Amino acid sequence: MSAPTADISIQLARQEGWNRPPVIEPDGEGELLELAMGPHHPSTHGVFRMDVALDGERVVRLKPVFGYLHRNHEKIAESTSYLASMPYTDRLDYFCSLTNNWAYALAVEKLVGQEVPERAEYLRVILAEFTRIQNHASSIGFLLQEMGASGTPLMYAFREREKILDLFESLTGSRMMCNYMRFGGCRVDASPAWLDAARKVVAELPEFVDEFESFLRTNEILTARTQGMGILRPELAVNAGITGPMLRASGVNYDIRKVDRYGIYDRFKFRVPLGDHWDIYDRYMVRMLEMRESIGILEQALKDIPGGPVMDPKAKIRGFRPKPGEAYGRIEAPKGELGFYLISDGSPNPYRYRVRPPSLINLTVLEDMCLGHNVADVVLIFGSVDIVLGEVDR
Amino acid sequence: MKTVEEIKAAIETAVPGAKVDIVTNPGPSGQHSLLLGAQTAATVATFLRDDPELALDFLSNVSGVDWPDREISEKVKVPKQVVKTVEGVEQTVEEMVEETRKRVEPGYLEAVYHLYSMARKHGPVVLRMRTANRLDSVKLPSFTPIWRSAELQEREAFDLYGIVFEEHPDLRRILMWDGFKDHPMRKDYVEPDDFEYEPTAHDEVLARAQAHKTAAGAGITPQETGR
Amino acid sequence: MLGEGILKGLAETARNFAGSFVSKERLTTVEYPEQRIPTAENARVFPFLVYDGTDWEAGLRCVACQICEKECPPKCIYIEKSKDKKPDYVGKMQIYPVRFDIDVSVCMSCQICVEVCPFEAIKMDTDFELSTTDRFGGLLHDRKQLARSNEYYHTIHPTEAAEVDGRLAEEKVKAEVKAKAAAEAAAAKAAAAAAAPPKPAEAAPPARPAETATAPKPAGGGE
Repeated sequence: MSAPTADISIQLARQEGWNRPPVIEPDGEGELLELAMGPHHPSTHGVFRMDVALDGERVVRLKPVFGYLHRNHEKIAESTSYLASMPYTDRLDYFCSLTNNWAYALAVEKLVGQEVPERAEYLRVILAEFTRIQNHASSIGFLLQEMGASGTPLMYAFREREKILDLFESLTGSRMMCNYMRFGGCRVDASPAWLDAARKVVAELPEFVDEFESFLRTNEILTARTQGMGILRPELAVNAGITGPMLRASGVNYDIRKVDRYGIYDRFKFRVPLGDHWDIYDRYMVRMLEMRESIGILEQALKDIPGGPVMDPKAKIRGFRPKPGEAYGRIEAPKGELGFYLISDGSPNPYRYRVRPPSLINLTVLEDMCLGHNVADVVLIFGSVDIVLGEVDR
Repeated sequence: MKTVEEIKAAIETAVPGAKVDIVTNPGPSGQHSLLLGAQTAATVATFLRDDPELALDFLSNVSGVDWPDREISEKVKVPKQVVKTVEGVEQTVEEMVEETRKRVEPGYLEAVYHLYSMARKHGPVVLRMRTANRLDSVKLPSFTPIWRSAELQEREAFDLYGIVFEEHPDLRRILMWDGFKDHPMRKDYVEPDDFEYEPTAHDEVLARAQAHKTAAGAGITPQETGR
Repeated sequence: MLGEGILKGLAETARNFAGSFVSKERLTTVEYPEQRIPTAENARVFPFLVYDGTDWEAGLRCVACQICEKECPPKCIYIEKSKDKKPDYVGKMQIYPVRFDIDVSVCMSCQICVEVCPFEAIKMDTDFELSTTDRFGGLLHDRKQLARSNEYYHTIHPTEAAEVDGRLAEEKVKAEVKAKAAAEAAAAKAAAAAAAPPKPAEAAPPARPAETATAPKPAGGGE
């Protein structure tokens, strides 16, 4: 299904308020029950609150409340040097620290016009795809946990995730807060032993994805609860700035790896899975299929990785002062489009440092998807958006 | 995709009377931006979204930026009455004298929009809008009726910078709690004085601890670590 | 049949459950703290200061240049310089830190201090069991707590420590070669001056002995 063309959006735009959430009239008698789901909640992926107004069990109004994990990242970055902000970017989407690092490094490299050596680009792709696999596996595991599966699929996902995190630890030094990318390449080189260990892990991954998929795909509870639920129309998705697997499950073919072709992604053959029914089940399937595509990219990258330096010899680590200017760099993070907007005024600290958080923007349409459904479905719909609070609140 | 000049020309053709200027980006990234006037910005934005060639249907990022007042000193030649000796006689003569004048260029708050096109797969197009000043005239038109993704991001710009977006359906604080005063991301924001004991003996931390020790009359004395 | 999907899933989990009795890789639980997984060689937890030899004060490599203090993102390092100097591994007189505190509760293990240190003086430890009962100062580690020997560094990061030792040995050799060349040049100059006919005025002979006396001082190297 191709992207909705501008013609459709022109027709829809003529209707006033087409992109606002629908208004649901309560049909029972009596008052609405106003419930605060969160911030202490096992299923809200962090400290997050949703103020829902219920008519019986039906959701009539839903307002998300943010800011419980606001750590002032953007203001801290204005008083820290560019290099010292790199460990803070790890902690934005704390599941996927390497893609956060890459997005920031890409934005700074655009700001100064820095080149990256080829081996570093290959390493970046390899680590980003590993990150994507472990993020999607965990996200599906968490979705099933919210459905009541008591953690078994989650532990299966975590078993594979442990192998990937062990790889990260032996290369970057830390399992989750990797702090590995630098402006102009990567921090240290990967030894041939590490590449062999990575190939071994990749060889075991298809079997895991098969096992994972086979014991979930026809599960009646999953299909009954997720099919036809939480439908997001493609024109609303585009207008609301949704990106990532949620957008592709709504049938819009927009993957930044294919559109911007940043790094060396144009050298790899991979497909972009799209959804037909725009519901939670499609989002789950898109993530499953993207895991398979990532395995394909990993096999290609691990086969073709060349030798050479991993850091541009002209890149500066200390005393890094970019010329005045601004840049916006973005990548396809596992959760969506992660972008960094930097304004430099010639000093060692950025003048303005802005993170475009995919999780926050994907939550714009939470209300639209949840209205009219039961409270039990709110948790599932919210889980299918796949957010991390570190990114929402920064 | 069109260059910034071509987009400006297209806007001026389609929306007559639109105020559009180009702001060049001095750095190597080459992402130049269009500065829109606040009155016609909504019409221009609708044109950018609905135009079949540009089709900028995806608003990716909305950031607020704070530009505080700047003091500029410049040398100006002014005519002045100067007492000089001309041929032995003291006279008052009018002459051009160089003087350093200081003036304050008023600051403003800025909202920067990054637009992409999912239909045509091009971008980014960068739009900017500036408020008149940072104090009382901080209104800008909201793009939420045009692109829904501006909803939460404009709330954030309001919360952290104080830019008031007119016609936003639900403009209230998003990251700070309701009832919070002041706007934290502004350059002149002063943090509240909530002293907590921190053992890292850095200069500002030490100064703050000292201020509290003397103010509170040595009420709480932190333990001295064994050295 | 209704329920077929669930039964398939249960068969999968049953296979894993039964397999955990026979195959090691299906049983992934490690009973900490009785069993421990060996940490990866590159793992990093919190920093420590390296010293050569047996006396931690005399052998401390750190020269209090304060680069790590400036580059640390959460500013958890606090250094005070000394007033006197002590010789470093090439023999050059360097200042040393009289106070080197790292607040481990603030440190975020980012390893930037290790990256920017020009003297291979601060490295990352792998010890994470640092809990203490002292809420205020217990996690503020001072110089004595942070100093670990070079042998300890070899046990936790063998390849890295070997590389660092190689680099330092190279620097030392270069410094010695430079010092020798400087000494030979000065001695040659003194010999040439002594052979030249003694003339009155500026070139006073007492200046020559002072030159040779400075030759044994090691030339600046090993930075």
